[in-house]
Amino acid sequence: MREMTYTEAAREALGAEMERDSTIFVLGEGIGRRGGNFNTTSGFFERFGPRRLRDTPICERGFVGLCAGAAMTGTRPVVDFMFIDFILDSFGELANQIAKIQYMTSGRLKMPVVLRGCIGAGGGHATHHSGSYYSVFAHLPGFRVVVPTTPYDAKGLMTTALRSDDPVLFLEHKSLLSTRGEVPEDDYTIPFGQARVCREGDDVTVVALGPMVAKTSALCDELAADGISVELIDPRSIAPLDTETIFRSVSKTGRLLIVDEAFGPCGIGAEISAQIVERCFDQLDAPVRRLNGAHSPTPFSPTLESAVIPQPDQIALAIRNIAAE
Amino acid sequence: MTLDQDALLSLYRTMVVIRQCELQLARSYQAGTVTGACHTYIGQEAVATGVCAHLRKDDAVFSTHRGHGHALAKGVPPRELIAELFGRATGCSQGRGGSMHLFSPDVGLMGTTGIVGPNILQATGAGYSFQLLETDRVSVAFFGDGGVGNGAFHEGLNLAAIWQLPTLFVCENNMYATEVPFSYAARNTDVAQRAASYGMPGIAVDGNDVLAVADAAQAAVSRARAGDGPTLIECRTYRTRPHAEGMGDGGYRTEEEVDAWKARDPIKAFADRMLDDGPINDPIEQPALDRIDREIAELIEAAVQFATDSPWPDPGTVSDHIFAEDG
Repeated sequence: MREMTYTEAAREALGAEMERDSTIFVLGEGIGRRGGNFNTTSGFFERFGPRRLRDTPICERGFVGLCAGAAMTGTRPVVDFMFIDFILDSFGELANQIAKIQYMTSGRLKMPVVLRGCIGAGGGHATHHSGSYYSVFAHLPGFRVVVPTTPYDAKGLMTTALRSDDPVLFLEHKSLLSTRGEVPEDDYTIPFGQARVCREGDDVTVVALGPMVAKTSALCDELAADGISVELIDPRSIAPLDTETIFRSVSKTGRLLIVDEAFGPCGIGAEISAQIVERCFDQLDAPVRRLNGAHSPTPFSPTLESAVIPQPDQIALAIRNIAAE
Repeated sequence: MTLDQDALLSLYRTMVVIRQCELQLARSYQAGTVTGACHTYIGQEAVATGVCAHLRKDDAVFSTHRGHGHALAKGVPPRELIAELFGRATGCSQGRGGSMHLFSPDVGLMGTTGIVGPNILQATGAGYSFQLLETDRVSVAFFGDGGVGNGAFHEGLNLAAIWQLPTLFVCENNMYATEVPFSYAARNTDVAQRAASYGMPGIAVDGNDVLAVADAAQAAVSRARAGDGPTLIECRTYRTRPHAEGMGDGGYRTEEEVDAWKARDPIKAFADRMLDDGPINDPIEQPALDRIDREIAELIEAAVQFATDSPWPDPGTVSDHIFAEDG
């Protein structure tokens, strides 16, 4: 099968959907002629024109609020935040308006808004360009939150996001953008709330998010050689969260470790842990463990930055420890 | 502007519907059948009436916490408004909103909001849709002087101006944001003048003169429908009741000031003009106005009965419609 990068795969989905549905338009800073800081819309300005590829002034609150009104009146906005940290200026429009309008109108209005942007540390972008924040949005009723990790998933989940009538956060970790993988040419969708079991195993269930999936996957052979069989799960979307797949896995392994670069307190790992403990306490052979990035802003210097991100040796140690409990 | 007798009486009728409905809601608040917030529009009726007179059903209005008047002027029946404030399933928001969250998309009321500012941006977004879809529909944001100090005002007007969106920004300058005077909150209290900062037309009108408001709105709506972009209209007006029902009204404004504005009641002023040698050829007689007053009193009475008899929302529906495919 043909291979392409994560960014190319997501872009192919966006382009195909914009061809299919003329009500989709994209807003963002530098997404027009420039084609997006991360090449998310390269070539689209020429293809779709200035009304559907709209460069904005730097006013996130303004254009996110605008998207609420546009979605209420028959168009389907896509906001390209570039760095997702910029979304925070629009938080009121998201939490108080976009997330609530379908509910407040009893479904008479829909809210098809896709909010995409790059998350994550690791590139020396420092604290205003390295956040993840997905748990914040998963906490609120009304949002779909997806964190694709492969080119295949990026295309399928982007297509689903663009066809959804709900507000969707589509969060792309910067370290994954140029990774390559097999991507079918045809249209396909991946439902929200459907986790992927990346590797089957018997001893420890690891739920990993974003780049932690590949980091953990790379350790599994070495751990297997030492007699630790890891079942690795990528939730792909954290709202909705496929607790069923995690539950089935933990029922088999009796051990659960969640590996997430984002903050631990009140994070998605805490939520997964709580749900698993509530549902299958009796099947657990060890306490649920979490390995998170440091609960700290993201510093610049490489030695400091790597200290706030879970590293392979820490992941391996956490897996060995829980296997031994 | 010259209007025929029917059009004039229609303006009068809308203002009286708003007034009588608001007086009823104030009584219901006293009686305890309306709970939570209840911000009445009394004194400002000419603004919603004058603007909405030029709107079609498929035009979109985005309003504020003081939104009952906009809802009624855009075509929400009084009984759906009253039922909403009574918390009933038959309310325009099916009991999910109350006074500050009125939605009736079928008549183009796309929402009122409990947060100052977002509706300015949403109206801009509706303008974006209408332009992209190549329709001649227009959107309207109503907001108060309190909204002018909010970043949404700046960002929304700028976006509408650079993209020439078909949007009216209607500022109801009633001089107070809750109880904070606009003269305190802004060094420059001329709202209309701000339009120049964004490169759009701005006009200030007497917000208690329904014909002056209607005149300005007509020009702005025509411009928007023709693809010539947004307009800022500042309507200088006054609410003659407290910020919200149940609140005191002293300490921040004088009784003399309130009385002076009551003497400029927009409904009475308009009635007097119609009865005199007003802007029409055939003077309207008092009995014609009395007849409208009586009809509306009956309408409101029936609306209260409807609301009172309406069912409460089913608690089993509380989690419906959080997402598109729910419920």
